[in-house]
Amino acid sequence: MELRVTDLACARGGLPLIEGLSFTVAGGEALVLRGPNGSGKTTLLRTLAGLQPALSGEISCPPEQMTYAAHADGLKATLSVAENLSFWAAIHGQRDIAPALDAMNLADLAERPAQSLSAGQKRRLGLARLLVTGRWLWVLDEPTVSLDADSVALFAAVVRGHLAQGGAALMATHIDLGLAEARVLELAPYKAGLPADLGFDEAFL
Amino acid sequence: MIALLIRDLRLAFRAGGGFGLGLGFFLILAVLVPLGVGPDPVTLGIIAPGILWVGALLACLLSLDRLFALDHEDGSLDLLATSPIPLEGVVAVKALAHWGTTGLPLALAAPVLGILLNLPGAAYATLMLSLILGTPALSMIGAFGAALTVGLKRGGLLLSLLVLPMYMPTLVFGAQAVTRAAQGLDPTTPLVLLAGITAGSTALLPFAAAFALRINLR
Repeated sequence: MELRVTDLACARGGLPLIEGLSFTVAGGEALVLRGPNGSGKTTLLRTLAGLQPALSGEISCPPEQMTYAAHADGLKATLSVAENLSFWAAIHGQRDIAPALDAMNLADLAERPAQSLSAGQKRRLGLARLLVTGRWLWVLDEPTVSLDADSVALFAAVVRGHLAQGGAALMATHIDLGLAEARVLELAPYKAGLPADLGFDEAFL
Repeated sequence: MIALLIRDLRLAFRAGGGFGLGLGFFLILAVLVPLGVGPDPVTLGIIAPGILWVGALLACLLSLDRLFALDHEDGSLDLLATSPIPLEGVVAVKALAHWGTTGLPLALAAPVLGILLNLPGAAYATLMLSLILGTPALSMIGAFGAALTVGLKRGGLLLSLLVLPMYMPTLVFGAQAVTRAAQGLDPTTPLVLLAGITAGSTALLPFAAAFALRINLR
């Protein structure tokens, strides 16, 4: 299992952000994307996940093998933690949600409606979804937002377990997960040249 | 896909899910019209088919903007788009869930409200049948409109304007079927046309709506 990206260019709102990007992620590897705000991390991840087309270049791995986790967790406020997770498990043809609940320390909260969770607990539930998708490549956009130090460590352990099983993770994050083996890819050198008069607009991100 | 249907139905019936919205609107309309028009049974009997069909149509329209907008806001739509279920299937299932929580209850409640509007006795069966045949088209066309406007903040107005012209054939044939039945004529032709609209929109619009969603997700 390998993701190979060759000479990729992607755009957000019609504005090219990244060009000439090539990298590979094999099973068992984690790749961390770094770059200042607006450098195109989210755009790159959405392009890989198949949510938007690339301007040019090749992605060797079809979106069906990846699971994407964004800033929004896709939770329904009036459903309980277990109902939310069971739904995503059923969508991906899986049944058992108990290991995912245990892994993200949510077992005690299983019957609580998602609306009564704290931001960090919601985030943990959103990340538990990754475990019930059964896909080998995790595409993560700022997975640690609103997590406390313990939960970050918990999540790092979950990622490590996924890598040990031959999975891979590609994540955009600013904080150190403590994954010593993760490679880091700086996006800044691949910034697409902007037309001089257009300048930078944060609203596009 | 069944999981998605169950989730959408469950969400609709939970607090704040909007299940009662269309039905409540329909009830209010049927109660208010006789008060506004006056109690003359003949006048009411003449306008009843049209009022009931317009009411059902507007009640359907009321909950349409939530169809994809809520899933878009909380990120579920991105995740559904990257899930193993084809987006066309997502659209079809969500339209089905919308019909199950608005169109179907409206069709079941309509005969009761027909009494309030003094609908002639011969028309009740046709009223229910026409709503059961016609409201799936309203949900399906509405899902297409909702897919077109999903990225827009407060897209409800644009959605109504987009969907209304596409609703007209359904309304015309639906109301015509009930009117004909009320006058003792054979309602088969408008009913068949109504079923045709539903079959055609169910066959074609999931693809159009999924295409619109993909563009809006970019």
